[in-house]
Amino acid sequence: MATATLKKESKEEKSHRWKELGLSNAKVIDLYRQMLLIRRFEERSAQEYGKSKIGGFCHLYIGQEAVGVGAIAALRDDDYIFSAYRDHGHALARGMDPKGIMAELFGKFTGCSKGMGGSMHMFDASRGFMGGYGIVGGHVPLASGTAFGSKYLGKDSVTVCFFGEAAANQGVFHETLNLAALWKLPVVFICENNRFGMGTAVERSTAVWDIYHKASAYDMTRQWIDGMDVLEMYRVVKQAVDRARKSNEPTMLEARTYRFRGHSMSDPIHGHYRTKEEVEEQKRSDPILVFGHELLEAGILAQKTIDEMELEIKRIVAESVEFAERSPEPPADFLYENVYV
Amino acid sequence: MAVVTYIEAITKGLWEEMERDSSVFLLGEDIGEYGGAFKATKGFLNHFGSDRVIDTVLAESAILGAATGAALVGMKPVAEIQFADFVTSGFNQLVNNSATMHYRWNIPVPMVVRLPSGAGIHGGPFHSRNPEAWFFHQPGLKLVAPSTPYDAKGLIKSAIRDPNPVLYFEHKRLYRHIKGEVPEDDYTVEIGKGDIKREGNDISVVTYGATVHQALEAAELLEKEDGVSVEVLDLRSLMPLDKDLILDSVRKTGKLLIAHEDNITGGIGGEVAALVAEFAFENLDAPIKRIGAIDTPTPYSPTLEEFFLPNKNKIVAALRALAAF
Repeated sequence: MATATLKKESKEEKSHRWKELGLSNAKVIDLYRQMLLIRRFEERSAQEYGKSKIGGFCHLYIGQEAVGVGAIAALRDDDYIFSAYRDHGHALARGMDPKGIMAELFGKFTGCSKGMGGSMHMFDASRGFMGGYGIVGGHVPLASGTAFGSKYLGKDSVTVCFFGEAAANQGVFHETLNLAALWKLPVVFICENNRFGMGTAVERSTAVWDIYHKASAYDMTRQWIDGMDVLEMYRVVKQAVDRARKSNEPTMLEARTYRFRGHSMSDPIHGHYRTKEEVEEQKRSDPILVFGHELLEAGILAQKTIDEMELEIKRIVAESVEFAERSPEPPADFLYENVYV
Repeated sequence: MAVVTYIEAITKGLWEEMERDSSVFLLGEDIGEYGGAFKATKGFLNHFGSDRVIDTVLAESAILGAATGAALVGMKPVAEIQFADFVTSGFNQLVNNSATMHYRWNIPVPMVVRLPSGAGIHGGPFHSRNPEAWFFHQPGLKLVAPSTPYDAKGLIKSAIRDPNPVLYFEHKRLYRHIKGEVPEDDYTVEIGKGDIKREGNDISVVTYGATVHQALEAAELLEKEDGVSVEVLDLRSLMPLDKDLILDSVRKTGKLLIAHEDNITGGIGGEVAALVAEFAFENLDAPIKRIGAIDTPTPYSPTLEEFFLPNKNKIVAALRALAAF
């Protein structure tokens, strides 16, 4: 299977490619910053998990940042996003407050789900962020519902639904793609193929390794993208979102990416299902490192700026931890509060 | 007041709510052109159009997931599961997604799932289930199970207006066998409130759905032949359960028979029995008795199905045993 690799483009071509996409220098620097924020936020999350400040399950997005940041940058504020269980990065990319996310990880009352959900349950309706979900593939049909709602209500909002390659083996994925194609819904399905469903490689779980081909069964527009390249993600998702908005045409995209950490906090980075060498090789495509080089070489970002950015992000992340630490536990009587409206 | 069948009452309720609120829409397998497997939505497509009466693919997860998603953005979907048995294919959507949205995020999910359920029509193992107990155990869902046309219309309207996901169990055997008076005007039946369908002093029967009618027949017979006064309490709403009404009735009569068509073990009757044992034990003059289908899948054989299901005679026998205490 073709895995994501660096584009072999000349420096000159690269230095112009965001211009062709209509992105300003400031915007692409912001994309870099968003990826860096996600990376540092999650590195700190891992530390806090190690200190037992964060409990339960915690799935890090480290390595996959370009997928969420590039895709979400292509959306309007009134669009909808569904995420899965690896949802911190998507939530941050959508502009949710790191404090509310960290507090949710800490199980505090100030968390974005008031401590009732945890890592897999980030949510902010005011940003159209319709949540993280902990059942693999279980959230996919919800996206057809919001897309249907937009169409019915005469709004031109588009729904984007993220899921992993393992979710594409769930029956409900196929049910939903069929429905979306049949009903002509404004929805973009983005499969983040990080090559492993927990510890099972895609070659061991899936008869067709090119996940995007699955959409051919529904005659849906489909393609794969280099998920380690934030601008490629932006470019292709923007096309798909525009198509959905203009002509209610759904699209299925496969972003080829790689996670640098274990499936969750309880398994090692490498081990029985992948080698250290494989992980090290993939890290050469680190989306932040590669994009940072590109911006440095293009002369629109200086190392000094990156250093300042690192300091600012470090402060934001530290403040989110302090906020979570200081925040109250959810009170016991709140247990009953929201079971019903 | 017009006298209508149980299914006509459901149809009227749906129709009125569709007229009343443009955010209400119907989706399900064969509900449009075909008019529904049981014709509950016959004529809806012509009147309301294909934007609001949607024939779906045969995919229960997609139906229930799409309904949940649409509810998240302010729509009021009413999904029909052709036979309640088929809800198994969309189980995850209801128990993990619909039921927990508000708990997790304080966001309402105003959706209704219509579930034609129940046996006695020789439907065999996959077309006869009463699956309410599976969902009774899941906080976040509301469950209703009307037994009369009046309640059927009033409850479908309440269900549609409720901001929570409501599962509406409609008994297939009642569709065309039960008629009753239904007001033409707009009325609702409150979810969470049971109804004393027959007052009595000696024994309480707590029941719901199709079994209500068997209990009423049995109560008449006991009054006539044994001079025993039986109260019949129709739960109507399974979640929330009208605990006060149950306890008040048992405190008055001192004897309790629980009768439902779902099989006994793990059925809702067990919860009713526990409630009474915990809070009205000192009022009981006899052990609590339960009647339900036997603990097997539903047999096709009409002879065996009759043996399998609760009926008037079984209820009469149980009531006489209680009366003897």
